[in-house]
Amino acid sequence: MELLFDICHVSKYYSAKSGAFSLDHRVVKAVDDISFQIYKGETIGIVGESGCGKTTLGKLILHLFEPTTGEVLFQGQDILKLKGKGLRKFRKHAQIVYQDPYTSLNPRMKIGDIIGEPLKIQKLGNKDEIKEKAYEMLKVVGLAKDFYTKYPFECSGGQRQRVGIARALILKPELIVCDEAVSALDVSTQSQIINLLQDIQKEFGVTYLFISHGLSVVRHVCNRVIVMYLGQVVEMADCEELYKNPLHPYSQALFSAIPIPDPEADINRIMLEGDVPNPVNAPKGCAFHTRCKYAVEKCREIRPELCDAGDGHKVSCHLHI
Amino acid sequence: MKTIKKYFFRDIPSAMGTIISLGIILFMIIGPAATKYDPLEVDMGAKLVAPGASHIFGTDEMGRDLFSRLAYGSWYSMGTALAVVLLAAAFGIVAGGIAGYAGGWFDNVLMRICDVFLSFPQIFLAMIIAAAIGAGIGPTIFALAVSWWPNYARMVRGMVIVIKEKLYVESAKSIGMHPVRIIFRIIIPQTMSMVIPQITMGIGNALIAASGFSFIGLGAQMPTPEWGAMISQGSRYVFNAPYYVVIPGIFIFLSVLGFSLLGDSLQEATNPELKNI
Repeated sequence: MELLFDICHVSKYYSAKSGAFSLDHRVVKAVDDISFQIYKGETIGIVGESGCGKTTLGKLILHLFEPTTGEVLFQGQDILKLKGKGLRKFRKHAQIVYQDPYTSLNPRMKIGDIIGEPLKIQKLGNKDEIKEKAYEMLKVVGLAKDFYTKYPFECSGGQRQRVGIARALILKPELIVCDEAVSALDVSTQSQIINLLQDIQKEFGVTYLFISHGLSVVRHVCNRVIVMYLGQVVEMADCEELYKNPLHPYSQALFSAIPIPDPEADINRIMLEGDVPNPVNAPKGCAFHTRCKYAVEKCREIRPELCDAGDGHKVSCHLHI
Repeated sequence: MKTIKKYFFRDIPSAMGTIISLGIILFMIIGPAATKYDPLEVDMGAKLVAPGASHIFGTDEMGRDLFSRLAYGSWYSMGTALAVVLLAAAFGIVAGGIAGYAGGWFDNVLMRICDVFLSFPQIFLAMIIAAAIGAGIGPTIFALAVSWWPNYARMVRGMVIVIKEKLYVESAKSIGMHPVRIIFRIIIPQTMSMVIPQITMGIGNALIAASGFSFIGLGAQMPTPEWGAMISQGSRYVFNAPYYVVIPGIFIFLSVLGFSLLGDSLQEATNPELKNI
């Protein structure tokens, strides 16, 4: 498979400072030293609980935030160092679909202008060509022609999300980051949007980075899955392998929480104790040791590396090294 | 029709504001055309004539027709007020918009400058500036605008900080839009729902301030037919010709009332949750 993005040791720290004269030097490690590769045409899922840095990671890969350290290689250049014109050119290749279709569309613009705007900004084509392409995109995402002149407030959540997808798609990007793209929608609309995303993938060959906390959805659409906890990757493997055989204690607890649609089924839910530690003073050693029932002395002292446990199934846990 | 009712005829005060403001604007347009007297023409034979058939609002101590002075003066008074508000708002919006979007040291420096300006009573600061650069309409506009822009800058900055976190701003960034374009094409239009009512209300305040300046001799100078200057001049004859002071006073009063009520109405229409603040 062809390598599309190579993410190397990317981190994003936020200062806990509360003002110019604050003496608080602690940092929040929203994304802490993450490396992985994105291959052309695949769908990578990123899962983890709220606040674990999934969205921050997705937006870092698009250079929507300035990273603290690390590089993201795309076509041989580090896109995290791009500025101005170079950055604008890169925007053509990677786009994002947001979680909340209610705040991601400018309320003062017509749907047609929202969809066509990326082309206008990227200076791809004149007015008529842009209009024609916007109509084409409406068709691709399954919206009627008359949506072109509507405003976002006239559309339902599912329709808005289709608009968001059309806007991301019109530049024909290689990568689309779906930042919880379906979690704000009801279940029937969710499945429509997921089918739409899959059809688009078949037709245009785009790669998805699928950020979600809907584990069943991730299993349905993804080839590979990354599990995150407190800004770190704890496990990374092919989707089926990970769902059948999670190695990290956190992944085991996470996947045991997937509801089984069968009242007779034997449920062995692993209940985690305690809360997620405050990311301002993240625990030393393994980030998960405070809640892990297998934790030993070593876990409290040394942070485990992400190691291959066989067949590309990577896990960062002392139990599996 | 529904929109007009929502913005301009919400309730009795709002309708009053709309009607009075329209009346003032109408007076500005029709007034100068409706009078046969030149506002500066001296007629010593008709000094301090009381309102009547020949001069509906009477004449001043030099025999100048007061109706015609009020009509032509409306352009000076309202023009000054409008110029002050628009200048202050334009500068405030640009400065506040950039500060709010950029944040960091620029924001800090600009807001501390605003604090310096706001730590003086604004009319007092404007008087110091006007006294330093000289009297007249131009200096008045400058002095008032300089002392007022921080109000707009702070308001716009606050709104920009809220709006810039909205996802459609980030999505504009994600398609490669230039930051300057993001500020002026996406964020600032969203602030207009608060800024326009403020500008409308500001006209009333600016009119009071500008008239006050003329009254104490810092603004428009006689014989310029400015309302504040007219009251100042007329106050000498308040006992034998009270209409000379009262009529321009009523015009100022109505203009301020009208534009303030209209501004309130616009604000309620655009921000219903601010109604009781």
